[in-house]
Parts: sequence; structure tokens; C-alpha cells
Amino acid sequence: MDGANDSAVKGSCQCGGGCASAGNGKFLNETPMLDQLESGPWPSFVSGFKELAERTKKPMLRGVLDQLEYSYQTKMGYWKGGLVTVDGYGAGIITRYSMIKDKYPEAAEFHTMRIQPAPGLHYNTAMLRELCDTWEKYGSGIITLHGQTGDIMLQGIEQDKVQECFDELNQNGWDLGGAGAGMRTGVSCIGQGRCENACYDNLKLHLDALKHFSPQVHRPEWNYKLKFKFSGCPNDCTNAIMRSDLAVIGTWRDAIDIDHDEVKAWIAERGVDALVNNVINHCPTKAIMLKDGDIDISTRDCVRCMHCINAMSKALSPGKERGIALLMGGKNTLKVGVNMGSLIVPFMKMESDEDREAFLELIEEIIDWWDDAGLDHERIGETIERVGLKQFLDGVGIEYDINQISRPRDNPYFKAKY
Amino acid sequence: MSSQERTWKTIESGPHTYEEALHPVVRKNYGKWKYHEIPKPGVLKHVAESGDAIWTVRAGTPRQDTVDKVRLLCDIADKYSDGFLRFTVRNNVEFLTPNGENVEPMIAELESLGFPVGGTGMCVSAVSHTQGWLHCDIPATDASGVVKSMMDTVYNEFKDMQMPNKVRLSTSCCSINCGGQADIAVVVKHTRPPRINHDHLVKTCELPKAVARCPVAAIRPTVVDGKKSLMVDEAKCICCGACFGACPAMEINHPEHSKFAVWVGGKNSNARSKPSTMSLVAHNLPNNPPRWPEVTEVIGRILTAYKAGGRPWERIGEWINRIGWKRFFEETGLEFDDNMIDSYRHARTTFNQSAHIRF
Repeated sequence: MDGANDSAVKGSCQCGGGCASAGNGKFLNETPMLDQLESGPWPSFVSGFKELAERTKKPMLRGVLDQLEYSYQTKMGYWKGGLVTVDGYGAGIITRYSMIKDKYPEAAEFHTMRIQPAPGLHYNTAMLRELCDTWEKYGSGIITLHGQTGDIMLQGIEQDKVQECFDELNQNGWDLGGAGAGMRTGVSCIGQGRCENACYDNLKLHLDALKHFSPQVHRPEWNYKLKFKFSGCPNDCTNAIMRSDLAVIGTWRDAIDIDHDEVKAWIAERGVDALVNNVINHCPTKAIMLKDGDIDISTRDCVRCMHCINAMSKALSPGKERGIALLMGGKNTLKVGVNMGSLIVPFMKMESDEDREAFLELIEEIIDWWDDAGLDHERIGETIERVGLKQFLDGVGIEYDINQISRPRDNPYFKAKY
Repeated sequence: MSSQERTWKTIESGPHTYEEALHPVVRKNYGKWKYHEIPKPGVLKHVAESGDAIWTVRAGTPRQDTVDKVRLLCDIADKYSDGFLRFTVRNNVEFLTPNGENVEPMIAELESLGFPVGGTGMCVSAVSHTQGWLHCDIPATDASGVVKSMMDTVYNEFKDMQMPNKVRLSTSCCSINCGGQADIAVVVKHTRPPRINHDHLVKTCELPKAVARCPVAAIRPTVVDGKKSLMVDEAKCICCGACFGACPAMEINHPEHSKFAVWVGGKNSNARSKPSTMSLVAHNLPNNPPRWPEVTEVIGRILTAYKAGGRPWERIGEWINRIGWKRFFEETGLEFDDNMIDSYRHARTTFNQSAHIRF
């Protein structure tokens, strides 16, 4: 507890010597700024933390609340990284040491375990309760559901408890997620579990793909991180196009399935104005015509954007010939500016084990190419931008497809083989 | 821990399996759903080809949860949804039940426990966000606090479905923007170059790695007090903070000079328009814990203007495409300034390459 009584900021610790308790009969020290986040209608994480701390009397929770209060007062963060892992793994534990442990020794260590949830973030209460029990036994009891990586974040554990905690979780079917320059934890939408628009079994592909790349999740060895996200349809509820290097988005090749009786029922309920204003006018390629009080969709003009299907869920459905499109290279601004994924594979069937194996073989090829062509700390989209789409397609052996571009080139500077 | 005490081997199992986590009605109708309806805010009804129906009740959570809160959610699931629950990518919890009669009592109980039911259809969504001061090693703010403050102000819009289309929100604690793109995104913007701690730098940083990390080649080797170190060409520096990730001795965060910016029009869905990146519409907002009122005020202006002017199904970016940026700034009362003219790579794609002009 040395140094804990050196409270430079008013209110952060008023115990007057040693932070063991607030001296007012309460377990927690005063946190006046954090307390202001307890009012208002939205559920408060501060209240949650305080209730947990008061019940479990875990000193780490008191220390973390004290340090967080100090951050709110000084407007700076006080965690630094490190290298905590479990046996045989090189990733998955996000190490956090306090930079001000002299001030708040109870929060000296506050490591996070990234745990891969089931695809689609589905749980039964038995597995979730079991997870909570293990976590309360070894860690702080704080859980983020879920991190932006797609992981369950078990936040707040000391290094000497990490292995034991992991072993118990691992025996119950849980494994660590990714971190660093390797394959990262995947993300899926609810998929065929509930959504009528899911064009492939994204939960199955997610599970197969992440199992396949487990060694690279646990032992990062690439230029930089590589993320999968699996969206069942072009509504892209996982935000795959912008938030993943490998965006696997469900789509279909044939015509939109129309139930004409339901179209008529829709119009009878909402009127022709609604049909024109809210459905037909929003079609990006003007593929829908109003014809004799019914709709007529020109499949050759349709780009499978999903709008009309979203607007008329009962009447319209994706076609029968379903599969995936693969878009690659999505990432946020650092360092080249925002990159949306670009279309690499316009369509692949994704129904059988063989389809999934063929997909994973393709991803292996792509990673091999990136291993050779990429630079340190370069995401695959940045590599493709640097060397060129053509060079990438040739390097991996993917066929050219006119869907890969939005239009042909607008300059004449090339050497053709003639 | 020594591994010889262990009586089992680590299984590199990857994601947890999902089949046992699916409600039996979900398992039975897997891949055979026909359509869905939204009977009321926060409730979905999905109907399968078999005729089976399943109701979903969706509720907001603080995202920074605890074992206690999670056990509460499990109690609800055991009581009303046969012990099954799931989460959405925007941190909402969902309970799926084939028994429509469970919907109303479940809503009442969730609300009484402080979990707001909503987040469906044309609403303001819960915020996807980052870790901040609670846990991250490079944050300039605490996303969880910003989110709590924002969601308190848009609480009714989360619970209702009165917007032209869904509004997705995100926040981020540094310019890396792990919160991602959204219709409205709140992202930290550093406004000063990094401050170098030369004593610290020589001990903790790989110099070439830090030099290579800079996107504008503003970091150069130098010698300080006879020791190798780095210097920043402050005229070149764009205050991105990339170097700080590689070298913690190049401190980019500052209690006053790390500000907030607000971005709009990000859209990842392909519905109607192609996915679009977001644009800067406000910046230099103070990092003002614990409630960040200046940020929530800007969010409120944008939402008010969009709610009044957006047509059905128009996302914020699509609404702006129709009315134009000039009117966007007029109707929100935000101020367009020359910092909003792109000066980075691909900048010309944001210039008006036409004679389409609005007066």
C-alpha cells in the first residue's frame, strides 16, 4: 500500500493513509466524477462496477475505479502494455500494467483475456454462467460483451492467475482470441439462425475458418493483423466491408424471389404511393417497374443491394442460387486513409464441406502471397493498393472478373502483349 | 505456472461451438426462415417456412458488464426464453422465444431491471465503441463515459422507431477509430504533434520501427545529449498518433489538446447506395469528462435535423446526398470550415468534379 495515500487530486482517495478502505464504512473510495455517470436512464457501467465491487470486495476493482476516477480528473490514460501469455500461445492476453501503481497499487495489474465466443454471439445460460463462475474465481468479474474485435473481453486478472483461469476455461470449450500480427477473432451476424436473408451458413464457415487458422490466431507470424467478418447478406450487419480484411458477404446469382400475392397485400395495406416512394424510387439501378399494379424486377439490372427485400420482407426474398462474395482490404484510416474492401471474388458456392475447403484453400493462397509481397505493419488492403489489383490477382491466381472494377481504366499508359 | 502440474492438454479449439447455444426452434428452422415483422419497438417476429414463429426481445446493455449483470440476463433467459440468449454486434442482448405470451412480461422485467428495450428498425442504435481509460494503453478519452452520456440523451430514440432509417453510432478514443464507421461517429482528434521523452525513448523504442510507422515521413533520427533518439518535423506531422503505438515515448495524448471530432454519413450496408465513408462535420470539441456536453449537443443537432428532413429509408449520408452539404450545415447549425477540405491521400475524390452547384 506504499504510496497509496499520496492523493494529489481531491476526491480520488480520501482514506488519509492506505487505500484499504474509504474509512467511512464503505468498501469503495470516493469517485465523484464517475458517480455523475450513474444518473440518467441508460444503464450505467459505473453502477455495475460499484455493485460488483461492494459485493465481492475485490481490491482490484477498487483500485481500477480509483485509477479511472483519476483519469477522468487528469484527462489522461495510465495503462501500459507488456507480455503476459499462456503456455504455448503468443497472443490472446492483453497485458495491462498501471503506470501509477505507486498511487493505486490495487490496480497494478489489470490484464484482459480475449475469449472467442460462439459465432453469431449465441449462448445458453449454462455456458454463460459457467464462464461467469470461472471469471469471478480468478479475475475481477468485469466482462465486456463484446469487444470491437468480436471477443468476450474478460477484463482484470493478475498474471499469476492467468494460466489457471485459462486452463479451466479451455476445459469448458473456450479458447483465446487473436491479438497482434496474426489471424484475429472472427465476427458473424445472426445468420441462418434467425434471418431469412442469410445466403450461406456463416456460423459454420466462421467456425471452420477460425478452427483452421487457430495456430495463426494463437501464434501471430504475419506482417500484420488479418480479420474475417461473415455477413449473411449485403446488408452487412457485421460491417465487414469496412472493418475486416476478409469480408465474406452472402449474395445470390439468380432472380429475386417474388411472392406476387404478398406484393398485392403489401400494396393494399400501404398504397401505391408507398410502393413508388419507398421501394421503386430507392432501387439504385432502376431495376423495378410498376406493372399492372404489381412489380416487375429486371434481374439483369439488379445489383442485389437488398433494399426492396428489406422493405418488403414478406413478399421478396433473395434468389435460390446462393453463395458468398469475398471483398478484401477493408480497414480504418491509419495510415493510408479509410479503405473499403474491394470485390475480389464475386461469387462462390458455400453449401458443402468441399465448398468451405475450397474457400479456405483460396484464403491460404492469398495469405501466402501477402507473406511474400507485404511489408511489416502493412494490412493486406494496403499491400494490394501498393502493388496493384492486377498484380495481386496474378500473384494469387484469381481470375479477372469485370465485377472487380467499377469501370475500366481512364488512362492509356500500359503495355499490351500485341 | 508450471505446466507439469496439469493433467490435460490445451485444446486449440478456436471459437466456442454454437449448436448447443441455439434455441431448439432456431435449430429446427435453421436456414429456413421466411420473413420477419417488427410488431413493436424492441420486438421482432420471425416466421419460418414450417410455420413456426419466434419472437425476439432486444435490450440495451452498458457493454462494460459484470458477472452480476450477466447472471441477471441469464435469469431472464431461463425464465422467458428457455435458457437461450445472444448479443448483437452493437452490444444489445436478445432473448428468442417461441412463446409470444412471454414477450410483454419479459419487456416489463427487463425495463424494471434497467435494461431499455428497443434498438430495432428505424431507431438510434446503441453505440459500438472502444475501451478508453478503463483498459486501453493509447486512449485520449473514455468511450464508455461518452457512450453513457450520449445514450442518456438519445434514450427515447433508442426505444422508439421514429427516425427516417436506422442511425448507427460509434465512438473511439483515438484516431485509429476502433469504433468504426457509423452514421454518426465521435472520434478523438489529436491537435498537437507527439511530445518526445528522450530518456524513455532510447530504452523502450525500436527507432527504425517508429520512423517507418509515420505516414508522412515526419520522424527522423537525431542525437540528444549524445544518445540516439528521434525528432518530429512538426510542420509535416499530421497528428495521427501512429508513432505512439510503436513508441510509447512519443506521447500524443494531451489533456487539453486531444479534442473530439464528429463524423457523419458512414454506411456499411449495400442497401440502396453503395457503402460510403464518413465525413468530418465538427471538430475541436473539448474532451470534457464526465459528461462531454459539447459532444452530445452536436449529436442532438444532427439527429434533430435528420429526423425532421430525412425521407423514409434515407440513412444520414443518403439524406445529405439529396439535400447537399450546404444545407446540411445550414440545418444543423454546424459550421463548415477549411479544415474540412480534405488535404490527405485520395483528397481529389472528395472535390466536386462537376458543375453541379447549390445556392
